[in-house]
Amino acid sequence: MSAAAAPGGAGGATVATEALAHRRKPLSNFTSDVAGALPGPDWLRRRRLGALERFQAAGLPSESEEIWRYSRIDNLDLDRFAPATPRGADGPSGVPSGAADSHLGEVMEALGDRSALVLVGPDGSVEADVARTVASQGVTVGLLSEHPEGAELLGAIAGGAGAKGADVFVDLATAFASDAVVVDVPAGVSLEAPVLVGHWYAGAAVAHFPRTVVRLGPGARASVVEHLSSSQDDVLCCPVVELDVGDGAALDYTSIQRLGSRAWQLGYQGSRVGRDASLRSLAAALGGYYARLRTDSHLVAAGGSAQLMALYFGDHQQMHDFRTLQEHAAPKTTSDLLFKGAARDEARGVYSGLIRVRKGAAGTNAFQTNRNLVLSEGAHAESVPNLEIEENDVRCSHASAVGPVDEDQRYYLESRGIPPEVADRLIVLGFFDDLLARSPVPALRQPLRRVVAEKASAPAPSGGNDR
Amino acid sequence: MLAIRDLAAGITGRRILNGINLEVGSGEVHAVMGPNGSGKSTLAHVVMGRPGYEVLGGSVTIDGVELLGEPTWRRAQAGLFLALQYPIEVPGVSLEEAMEEAVAAGGGERRSVPAAVTREATRIGLDERILARALNVDLSGGEKKRNETLQLGVLRPKFALLDEIDSGLDVDALRAVARRVEEATEEFGLGVLAITHYSRLLRELRPDVIHVLSQGRIVDSGGPEMAEELERTGYAAYGTTDGQEPSPGPAPAEADPFADPLA
Repeated sequence: MSAAAAPGGAGGATVATEALAHRRKPLSNFTSDVAGALPGPDWLRRRRLGALERFQAAGLPSESEEIWRYSRIDNLDLDRFAPATPRGADGPSGVPSGAADSHLGEVMEALGDRSALVLVGPDGSVEADVARTVASQGVTVGLLSEHPEGAELLGAIAGGAGAKGADVFVDLATAFASDAVVVDVPAGVSLEAPVLVGHWYAGAAVAHFPRTVVRLGPGARASVVEHLSSSQDDVLCCPVVELDVGDGAALDYTSIQRLGSRAWQLGYQGSRVGRDASLRSLAAALGGYYARLRTDSHLVAAGGSAQLMALYFGDHQQMHDFRTLQEHAAPKTTSDLLFKGAARDEARGVYSGLIRVRKGAAGTNAFQTNRNLVLSEGAHAESVPNLEIEENDVRCSHASAVGPVDEDQRYYLESRGIPPEVADRLIVLGFFDDLLARSPVPALRQPLRRVVAEKASAPAPSGGNDR
Repeated sequence: MLAIRDLAAGITGRRILNGINLEVGSGEVHAVMGPNGSGKSTLAHVVMGRPGYEVLGGSVTIDGVELLGEPTWRRAQAGLFLALQYPIEVPGVSLEEAMEEAVAAGGGERRSVPAAVTREATRIGLDERILARALNVDLSGGEKKRNETLQLGVLRPKFALLDEIDSGLDVDALRAVARRVEEATEEFGLGVLAITHYSRLLRELRPDVIHVLSQGRIVDSGGPEMAEELERTGYAAYGTTDGQEPSPGPAPAEADPFADPLA
């Protein structure tokens, strides 16, 4: 339990001060000894220690910083967690399976054919099964440490190395990740079926650092689906995803987050989109206690486009927290962001996004839309859109809205004989319908609809935050 | 029988209905005519139970069962249907899934719905292409009214309130809607209370009884011949002129205010 949540009857300000007090103490679970003991090639070991130094120098952020405003970061007692112990040290190894994890099982079933399946367990163990036809085309799906260009691939997009505005949790993740999953598709290769990466996390107070690097060579095409789930343990999870879309390539990237209701997530997803290349991404955030995802999309060459989508639905005490950047650094680039969230019970949704058009990025089209449905009196959503434009010849727009279910819509459905709770479920599903219709993987539309329907129709909690 | 007795209702402290008395039998078609501001739409919504209206007295029963105090959906399940003057757009919700939920809530078979929707669409002249759209989204005024009538055919209520179903309709659509409603009176004994400002609907949908509503009261009732007379003389004989009828929501307009629930 974090200090801020501890009983004691102190006033809010005092509690916050107590919560922050432990940040001044050196961390005892995230030390250079622990990072230094992790396995891997020398370059990776050096990378970890460098990242740890940056993390230590920066320290944990606080809610007083704009990019952490509305978050729960002040309640994070990082040292309560300890990094997952890699395979071989002790404890059983175990990767998830569709049978053991019903959420993952649903996704596997819906997807049907796969180009590759990668399963990552709580101890960092990885099993990769790559279709022979895929491997024979030179596609690599496996561990980054075993990739000949691993050193160049890691951190190519998620910066680190003191990159301006880099996320401290990327550095933390770089310091303590035992390895990473890499999906490397060479130039000109098109994968028909998606690559599925399933992560499963467990262990009380264990911190996990899943990392994924996707690289598409020029003209390549692929669809990658990541699935994150966990036990009901209070895990901490800092996923870092790097998406490198080469010139003329097309990447579809879907992440489905179904962590347990006590899980913390501090996630980062960075993308770099090349000349005339396109990225379509959908993040579905459904689980977690506090689940943050920062999404930085860099359009670095002319003609690149990014379609960025998110669906989030919080219930009970969940908070889903999205921070997005659409950066246009080259002419004639297009980004179109549609994030839609719902919150019920006492859940919180946060969206804060920035469109940044650099000088020289003439002919840019950038759109940003965030809409939120607030389904209970105790629920809440924040929506903060921002524009920063340094170029004249651009077309940009942003829209954001937060509101309850439309009473007229409910009345209309009720007047057909539909009970109000069913009407609300239909309206919530309808709210997400345009987004799901644009899902990069059409096969995932139905399973996601089912989760939304379940969340929308679950009875309101009778008090307390147990599920 | 749908029986409305001494129904008094208002909105935000303003009294609009001052004791309405009406009885509609199965298979009968009644028309309620009156100028703007006479309480026509209020009557429809109060009977259906729209939130925002305040019932001040009276009763509304179907076959002796009281509806006032029941939530809207239960009134619908008791056999009441309202075709709205301004059918509301429900983004992302298909006609078929709404009809399935409505049928299922009444204990009917979901799987009977798709065939019923197709059958009714053919009868009312609505294209498959329109059925695939979300409820009332991107539909013309005429398509919306045909769509309301289609739903009436699928749900087969005992009584239907048609609130200005003739507004925004061309002659062909008006004829199609009126024909389907008339057939329903014979097919399943539908009783109809058609609320309208104009008599043109009544040339297509031949009413058994016409009532004139003025200042929240039924001031006159008679046979179908009254429609022609009202057409000639207007409502002046009843000492009223057109006014504005208050509603709980934003004022409806043909440019649809419900296109985006969050805008």
